[in-house]
Amino acid sequence: MTNSWTDIKNTDLVLIMGGNAAEAHPCGFKWVTEAMQQRKAKLIVVDPRFTRSAAVADYYAPIRVGTDIAFLAGVINYLLSKDRIHLDYVKLNTDATFLTKEGYAFEDGFFSGYNGERRSYDKSTWGYQTGKDGYVLTDDTLQNPLCVFQQMKKHYARYTPELVSRITGTPQDQFLKVCEMLAATSAPDKVMTICYALGWTQHTVGSQNIRTMAMIQLLLGNMGRPGGGVNALRGHANVQGITDMCAYSEVLSGYLSAPTDADDTRAKYLETRTGKPLRPNQMAFTQNFPKWHTSLMKAYYGNAATKDNQFAYDWLPKRDAAYDILAMFERMHQGKMNGFLCQGFNPLAAVPNKKKLSAGLAKLKFLVVMDPLETETSEFWKNYGPLNDVDPTKIATEVFRFPTSCFAEETGTFTNSSRVISWKEKAVDPPGLAKPDSEIIARLFVKLREMYAKDGGTLPEPIAALNWPYINASAPHPAELLREINGRALADVMSPPDPKNPAAPPTVLVKAGDQLPGFAMLRDDGSTSCGNWIYAGCWGPTGNLTARRDNSDPTGLGVFPNWGFAWPANRRILYNRASADANGKPWDPSRKYLAWNGSSWAGGADIPDIRPDAAPEQGVGAFIMNPEGVARLHAVGMAEGPFPEHYEPFETPVGVNLMCPTNAKAVSNPAARVYKGDLEAFGRKEEFPYAATTYRLTEHLHYWTKHSRSNAIVQPAPFVEIGVDLAKEKGIRQGDRVRVKSNRGEVVAACVVTKRMKALDVNGKKVHHVGIPIHWGFKGVTQNGYLANALTPFVGDANSQTPEFKAFLVNIEKA
Amino acid sequence: MDMDRRQFFRVSGAGLAASSLVALGFSPARAIAETRAFKLARTTETRSICPYCSVSCGLVMYTLGDKAKNVKASIVHVEGDPDHPVNRGTLCPKGAGVMDMIQSPGRVKVPQVREPGTSTWKNISWDEALTRVARHLKADRDANLVATNDKGVTVNRWNSTGFLLSSAASNESGYLSVKVARGLGMVALDTQARI
Amino acid sequence: MSSLQSLDVVARSATTLPTPQIRTAAPHVAKLIDESKCIGCKACQVACMNWNDLRDDIGNNVGVYDNPSDLTPSSWTVMKFFEVEPTEGNLEWLIRKDGCMHCEDPGCLKACPSPGAIVKYANGIVDFVSENCIGCGYCVKGCPFDVPRISQKDNKAYKCTLCSDRVSVGLEPACVKTCPTGAISYGTKDDMVAYGNRRAEELKERGHQNAGLYNPEGVGGTHVMYVLKHADKPQLEDLPANPSVSPLVSLWKGTTKPLAVASMLGAMVLGFFHYMKVGPIEEKEKTEKEGA
Repeated sequence: MTNSWTDIKNTDLVLIMGGNAAEAHPCGFKWVTEAMQQRKAKLIVVDPRFTRSAAVADYYAPIRVGTDIAFLAGVINYLLSKDRIHLDYVKLNTDATFLTKEGYAFEDGFFSGYNGERRSYDKSTWGYQTGKDGYVLTDDTLQNPLCVFQQMKKHYARYTPELVSRITGTPQDQFLKVCEMLAATSAPDKVMTICYALGWTQHTVGSQNIRTMAMIQLLLGNMGRPGGGVNALRGHANVQGITDMCAYSEVLSGYLSAPTDADDTRAKYLETRTGKPLRPNQMAFTQNFPKWHTSLMKAYYGNAATKDNQFAYDWLPKRDAAYDILAMFERMHQGKMNGFLCQGFNPLAAVPNKKKLSAGLAKLKFLVVMDPLETETSEFWKNYGPLNDVDPTKIATEVFRFPTSCFAEETGTFTNSSRVISWKEKAVDPPGLAKPDSEIIARLFVKLREMYAKDGGTLPEPIAALNWPYINASAPHPAELLREINGRALADVMSPPDPKNPAAPPTVLVKAGDQLPGFAMLRDDGSTSCGNWIYAGCWGPTGNLTARRDNSDPTGLGVFPNWGFAWPANRRILYNRASADANGKPWDPSRKYLAWNGSSWAGGADIPDIRPDAAPEQGVGAFIMNPEGVARLHAVGMAEGPFPEHYEPFETPVGVNLMCPTNAKAVSNPAARVYKGDLEAFGRKEEFPYAATTYRLTEHLHYWTKHSRSNAIVQPAPFVEIGVDLAKEKGIRQGDRVRVKSNRGEVVAACVVTKRMKALDVNGKKVHHVGIPIHWGFKGVTQNGYLANALTPFVGDANSQTPEFKAFLVNIEKA
Repeated sequence: MDMDRRQFFRVSGAGLAASSLVALGFSPARAIAETRAFKLARTTETRSICPYCSVSCGLVMYTLGDKAKNVKASIVHVEGDPDHPVNRGTLCPKGAGVMDMIQSPGRVKVPQVREPGTSTWKNISWDEALTRVARHLKADRDANLVATNDKGVTVNRWNSTGFLLSSAASNESGYLSVKVARGLGMVALDTQARI
Repeated sequence: MSSLQSLDVVARSATTLPTPQIRTAAPHVAKLIDESKCIGCKACQVACMNWNDLRDDIGNNVGVYDNPSDLTPSSWTVMKFFEVEPTEGNLEWLIRKDGCMHCEDPGCLKACPSPGAIVKYANGIVDFVSENCIGCGYCVKGCPFDVPRISQKDNKAYKCTLCSDRVSVGLEPACVKTCPTGAISYGTKDDMVAYGNRRAEELKERGHQNAGLYNPEGVGGTHVMYVLKHADKPQLEDLPANPSVSPLVSLWKGTTKPLAVASMLGAMVLGFFHYMKVGPIEEKEKTEKEGA
């Protein structure tokens, strides 16, 4: 979330699309109902189903699964063609004025530079023109046909309401009604927020779904403002924190891009990741990358990371390929993996195409499952009849199951969706012999270190040198770990030379051994250590700020600055400089968040997300992480194009991309990765005519709460949902057992026949949806059921590789 | 209300009877109407955070006893933390029922192994469990760590064992897991957060 | 009875002696359920079962979201889902939290033949005292909202207590505290009526022309009230439009009392048969807790 849960109460309009906040985040949704009651805010829900969120909404519009970009692109067209944008904001805070390269083009579903064989783009024609000074060329009049604004206008003019309706199935009048309601927030004193979740990410165009919305929020002037923002409502309690710790192959803690084979030296590695300002006076905050990375290496290797050994750069593994979870299971399926550690994760249920996953796990030599609960993954080898039809005698995988403590049984921090890090204390001992994950990992490591010390082995040096300063080596205390994450000074941190008085002797900012007060103190010379730069400040010299419980809200804007600690730098709204105009005055005086007081941005409701002394006339942009200082309407970083474009799901009930009906190669995302074998496993509309989607229910969380009796009582058994029309066609009645099949598998469950799902008119044909809640399996106290991922396709978003759980094809019949 | 004639007679008949017992001195008059004793009066309160979605609601865990040495604490009730600025004491059906997950019959309580080809779990000690897994890891790493690629660049990667990290674990656990994984040279690393 | 506690009991089933009416200054409490903010998440159901140490059977899916599908002896509140089109083509998903309404004039208490099995407290809460319950089921028939449920296991009637144990120590009921969206609120009856009327006005401003407070007169008003989007059509959600205590129950309580005394002998006989059939009406000696 760019904003916070409690900030939602400041909004004038809430759009829920690509999510179902009432269902999945009821306690966060309270701030929506609060805004509706106290501010008379309106709530719009756009969803294939009339959801629990829709039940309390002011306006609901249906949409076909997987067509959100078409819908949102139509909104962009509406805003631009009717001149309903917050123009001053757009010119100040986006790249609208920037000139794109001459070679940039878009034609018939492809952007310039497409390579069909590699399914990827050569992006050299994308991006901005730069002048001799290295800065981007701009046109403040927005008239130059090459400027981003005009390119964007041209690109989205194609998304007429008529065409949008034909693609999405949203009736034109309903689409236009939503457009009008959104457009009203282009007024400087009106703000809209968008709450989305996995309904947008779990598509092969997931990242672009979100980007399209971000563009709308920028055009309406709603980013960085109280009551605004683009708000991802995330899943697990600490999914944000684990994302921040970067348990991913491609990034190191703090979102530092991890080295690949191309980064043969540390110098090259740092150079390609260190930002340089693209416009004058911009902060280009990534120019601090070497400080963050060096401090991380000091946290990992302590005294063993020295200037002489390039701060242990060679010990950092280099990536040669993708190792996301789909890639891992693909490798497993190909027999290229021997071992698999699986911590608090139930991939047999949580990754698409159960059949493939099960076959992959069976090829492993050993599998270690660490979990508080008996997961399906841990028993993938066990026969549960049709629910898990395997023969244990033919599965040679050695499977270990380690009992772990759950949240109530350990101390430590969670980071919520709005980036607030909060400390919690252990309430009870774990049951039996269960142990915290950190202790299990520590014991395992200590054991390995002993084995390497005793017996030697391949590359033992980094194992021996891994910084392990914990009082109890087998059980590091969470407080020790959080202090390490925060970082400390290894030598005195000195002030940089004062430009006004270069001869003045530097002063000591942080004494050696002290905790760092924030990331501004990080150095690239090895004098600081920091496990995650964005968390710097959470346990500074004054102690553990994540344990703060002061719930006062001085401005009444729902900021709570002394409750826990929000990364970065305790900021509660990101890009908050954008809440004020070019002169530093708040766009809406009734929601004053930050203002320039003549000498500083400080003293507002929140920590300024800009250098506090950056006077407005210096033109320092609000988007400090971007070298251009502004937000990107045109983004070269995206795999499938600098402007989001509609592509059909890989399994499409239409079979053609109506934006480029003659290009068979651009029906679905042309840059998405598809493995051999998975392509053949896609179903076609002739055999599987119904658009299916999977989702969560409010009574359950993934595959955990089926182990909880309270939750089993209120939602006991598997079901699928279909509309009344489809039920009639198929002769299915309320509560009948039905069989839902995709080209990969099937599930059998009770059928909920509902008026809340209606057939949509898509390009002149009726499209029916089949809804499939995901919560059942063959373990737990609920009624047993088929794992829903027996149905889903093994393909992910072109940028994030998040699987396409939200749009695929099925058939349905009475069981 | 739909009460037919027969039901009326049943009501009036038995009602008369019971009421008459009172007049005859059979009244259970001494059973005073008393509300249930407040069940949390002297429990221990611990502030925690709900493990489910990322609203991360504040919880108050009520445990048996007052932390005296001879008491085995057990959670007897969970409620929302009214001081928490986001949930303000509220909890959704998952959070409100979290005690049943903590105390689920599906909790794993001891380290176990399923030997290749068999169809049952076998309980083992932590020491055996960790030693066996460490041996597996070492053997695979020793055999498959790639020190340099075909261009001679030092890459030091180990990609034949993968690690999926929990997004339900604490930041501290997550940080330590990543540190160990990178320290061993692992690149096949991912988390629930991607999904 | 000299118990201070007993002064809080303002009505008692099947009791001919007057009950204490001295606590006139005790504030009446009420719960207000604002349907326009309810998302049907069932947190109230789970909070209820957790507070009251109840766990119902794990059922099945019969093609609807309602689970358990109705009130049971172990499920004192359930969400009921209604897909309705009050005007043609305008689908609404109305969700109503079902449970005891805590009537000011409780039909269950009036119908109950067992002395002291149902009581009403000075604050308005209607509570079942199970040790006095004989399981006859008259409360079920006497209830205009079809709320009490008789357990097959112990032959006792059960329903929502409005968390009388929490309320008596100054806390709100468990369902109120947990409600994520603030659809359930709690306070004095006066405050809740005022708030409910205000919410109805706010909903009218949002376009719900027929929004209104459901606090039916026929049962003297209730201590659990609804703000309905369609207060003109409570039947849409399976709520009676004009609930009242059955005239038959009223009749029996009003004019037939002398008859009761007159038929004592017959009652003895019937009482004997009841004893033979369901066992003794057990009463536990309770230590008085004055000042404890």
